[in-house]
Amino acid sequence: MSDLNKLTIAAARDALRKREITAAELTEACINAVEGADALNAFVHKTPEIARAQAAAADTRLAAGGAPDLCGIPLGIKDLFCTKGVPSQAASRILEGFRPEYESTVSQQLFDAGAVMLGKLNMDEFAMGSSNETSCYGNAVNPWRRANDDAALTPGGSSGGSASAVAADLCLGATGTDTGGSIRQPAAFVGITGIKPTYGRCSRWGIVAFASSLDQAGPMTKDVRDTAIMLRAMAGHDPKDSTSAELAVPDFEAALTGDIRGKTIGIPKEYRMDGMPAEIEKLWADGTAMLKDAGAKIVDISLPHTKYALPAYYVIAPAEASSNLARYDGVRFGHRAKLAQGDGITEMYEKTRAEGFGHEVQRRVMVGTYVLSAGFYDAYYNRARRVRALIKRDFDLAFEAGVDAILTPATPSAAFGLGEMADADPVQMYLNDVFTVTVNLAGLPGVAVPTGLDAKGLPLGLQLIGRPWEEGDLLNFAYTLEQAAGFVSKPAKWW
Amino acid sequence: MSIDTETARRVAKLARIKVEEAALPALASEFNAILGFIEQLNEVDIDGVEPMTSVTPMRLKRRSDVVTDGNQQAAVLKNAPDAREGFFAVPKVVE
Repeated sequence: MSDLNKLTIAAARDALRKREITAAELTEACINAVEGADALNAFVHKTPEIARAQAAAADTRLAAGGAPDLCGIPLGIKDLFCTKGVPSQAASRILEGFRPEYESTVSQQLFDAGAVMLGKLNMDEFAMGSSNETSCYGNAVNPWRRANDDAALTPGGSSGGSASAVAADLCLGATGTDTGGSIRQPAAFVGITGIKPTYGRCSRWGIVAFASSLDQAGPMTKDVRDTAIMLRAMAGHDPKDSTSAELAVPDFEAALTGDIRGKTIGIPKEYRMDGMPAEIEKLWADGTAMLKDAGAKIVDISLPHTKYALPAYYVIAPAEASSNLARYDGVRFGHRAKLAQGDGITEMYEKTRAEGFGHEVQRRVMVGTYVLSAGFYDAYYNRARRVRALIKRDFDLAFEAGVDAILTPATPSAAFGLGEMADADPVQMYLNDVFTVTVNLAGLPGVAVPTGLDAKGLPLGLQLIGRPWEEGDLLNFAYTLEQAAGFVSKPAKWW
Repeated sequence: MSIDTETARRVAKLARIKVEEAALPALASEFNAILGFIEQLNEVDIDGVEPMTSVTPMRLKRRSDVVTDGNQQAAVLKNAPDAREGFFAVPKVVE
């Protein structure tokens, strides 16, 4: 069998269990694909030795029978996850040389299930960005290009390396994290599936913290079934994360029946933004028609506080980040600035953080410092937390009224060119998350599914938002949409 | 609310990030763009709304007050930029 790296997780799982292929062969195919894809800059720390050892162990386990779904499946791990003995830098200079002495709960669960780690994936620094352009490793590149145009495009962010690697078939799936859209926007930009689970579904322990009340890990994969398989392995209660939910993890794959008859899909009018491109409008209308044809009832709904989600996010997320990133002080791990004669500890902090943090991270830490500072705490931070409560209530009311899931566009545009936003003010970049950020503020599960191409041949995705803890139902809607849309396009290989 | 160079300098100091004097005006202008965007929140009627503390309606769990870990001095110090004699080393703090 050739091109094993192009398999889905489900197909590879079945072939591995039948012993038609071995984990060693599958892993070697992926290692070769990774080696040939440096132009994408998706993998920033490669771990082929670890991968080969894990694959050998997986083959032993597969031969014994009864191996879990992910046994022998090669994955990429976002650089935000601490992986024992392997560089884990959150794409920041300030964590240069940091090799954790421990393993994040999510990556440990994946390895316990037999998964194989090919390496660490590029991302925006500390997951702050929507284009992977704030990374200390340089830009990750989208494997997709516009028709008849060689311009390099962003794979989105912050999980840009994860998106690029999965879309280019370098790995079968990847971990991502999502604080304001960082799984769903890149998934949409490269034509793959990604879910941000309900807040508390996956343990945050061992994942470098950005905004703790918003951060969630989730899978990014080639299709909805793979997302269901991988999510099951990543999810579950963890005593080491006091916000992780003590709930049983269902078999999400078993929920993929494709039967959504009698279910209700809400279409929120506030997501019909001024100046929305006609292509996005059409994509959304087409997706709505597909779910209707599959037997769902379509209702118009209102989420009146949608407009305030981004401004609330840009208070809450920087506030939490300024607190979380206070730990990078040059004392316990990572980079410490060279000090001049007579420099004291304050100069050490200030120089270390100026050298170690990139521009966007510095800006957000300082905005967070400002909104939390004496005299502004109530006016900014507490007001934003009140607005957040109203945003969540909008969703609560929609679900109470009988809506089972909500359909929206995933992004306001297709992937844009690397460097195209360089001169824009920071708020323009923030607008990328306009459709996704509400979901983090409300703690809900949201999934991005590719459903079409734009006029230039770039993928576009829709987002489905589900009830809390109902990822199974949500993925079934996504599966139904995927089947109806029949999105099978892949980027033409140029790298 | 407009941020001037002096406020930008103060915020940088509070955040313990060294910002060169020449970079302060541009920083202040970026803050103003972001804070201008955030000002929209003032349009929202928040009377009687409690600030959200937990996005899922759950109480934070408390663990038992027992020792679960320890005796890992080497592992704790492994990544330190400067560790000496079992301690993190920093510039002199007290004269």
